[in-house]
Amino acid sequence: MIPGPFRYRRVRSVDEAVALLSQLGTDAKVLSGGQSLIPMMKFRLAEPSYLIDINPIPGLDFIEERDGMLRLGALVRESTLERSSLVRQRYPILHDTAEVIADPLVRNLATVGGNLAHGDPANDHPATMLALRAQVVARGPNGERVIPIDDFFVDTFVTALQPDELLTEIRIPAPPPRSGGAYLKFERKVGDYAIAAAAVFLALDEARRITQAGIGLTNLAYKPLRAVDAERALLGQQPSEELFRHAAELAAQATDPVSDLRGPADYKRAVARTMTLRALRRALERAQANA
Amino acid sequence: METLPIQVTVNSRTYTAEVEPRLLLVHFLRDVLNLTGTHIGCDTTSCGACTVLWNGRPVKSCTVFAVQVDGGEILTVEGLERDGQLHPVQEGFWEEHGLQCGFCTPGMMMTAVALLNENPDPTEEEIRKAISGNLCRCTGYVNIVKAIQYAARKLREGATVHVGGA
Repeated sequence: MIPGPFRYRRVRSVDEAVALLSQLGTDAKVLSGGQSLIPMMKFRLAEPSYLIDINPIPGLDFIEERDGMLRLGALVRESTLERSSLVRQRYPILHDTAEVIADPLVRNLATVGGNLAHGDPANDHPATMLALRAQVVARGPNGERVIPIDDFFVDTFVTALQPDELLTEIRIPAPPPRSGGAYLKFERKVGDYAIAAAAVFLALDEARRITQAGIGLTNLAYKPLRAVDAERALLGQQPSEELFRHAAELAAQATDPVSDLRGPADYKRAVARTMTLRALRRALERAQANA
Repeated sequence: METLPIQVTVNSRTYTAEVEPRLLLVHFLRDVLNLTGTHIGCDTTSCGACTVLWNGRPVKSCTVFAVQVDGGEILTVEGLERDGQLHPVQEGFWEEHGLQCGFCTPGMMMTAVALLNENPDPTEEEIRKAISGNLCRCTGYVNIVKAIQYAARKLREGATVHVGGA
């Protein structure tokens, strides 16, 4: 399959990218890892007139902890995230997520920034970022703005990014003591989108009460979902199997999946419940190990 | 129609060409350079038959534009054999019967080469994980894993390999 014709522009700085985006508007698409965009162009589901290749921009592939935040540059590849010892030790939920995205070949090019900017509810990072209360940094002609992840996903394939803005960085709050997270995905085979997947982040106080709860769900609604009621049910409580089962049920109730080749809606809702429950248990194990 | 000049080193040889931006790397390799060892399988980023190494990393060449690899190094299956001597990975697939129809083999071998460059002594699980983006519909993967283990042993025993692009 051959994509429609387009013009190709390589940029070497964020400013250059923003200037081109401002000039070209919705005619242009940003090419990052290209592992979702290029297939869409081959199917002619996307037919941009211009591709702005941001890969040559130096210094956008950082993974660093600074000022109480993990900062991921827009061009961090999934394979780099997967191999990062900082991520593995301090943010195992991110390691869980990177490891189940597509397959190892795709992960060599696919980027974390692209996974979010694509706005696909079937992508895996959105749920994790919702659970972690991440922030997305975008640069536009009027400078930089920080978008809370709750405001980022607007609709299927639609995010809060404006046509003249470039996603430059993702910020994740550093984990407090007695906290842990996990991402669990149920898929038909390696490389497939989730039938259902759940991201859970928990933090406990010294009395073992839950002080922070984040639950994000993948491919279970028209956009990435936060299970707000389930989170609320956990807050202030001491973790127990009964509490987790209740929260998982609330999370499943928040979903609105469609019946398709991956299964009927009821089945997906049931899988969502199970994935949430298992992710809660694993997040708790990690929080306890992190005391 | 816009065309752009590119310069790419493929299997240690440098090529220059004028290409349309929409030309996929796999079509550049097969149709422009006549290197047809790289196969097109699914054409939808699923099967890994088109795997090549780009600056040493295995990628699906049906999901990369040729313009993107301008200035880069590509290694395809044609670049593995040297002076009539098979690369240990190729030898492994021969000795351990790591193929039946052979369609997935070039991509499978490129992924194996990249794995062994990074991890000379992989466990079976690490091998299976590394090739999880390369689909084989014939073998059931058992002999492919054996072939890669054969190559790993051979490489650790000190077989000399000189391949470009890695």
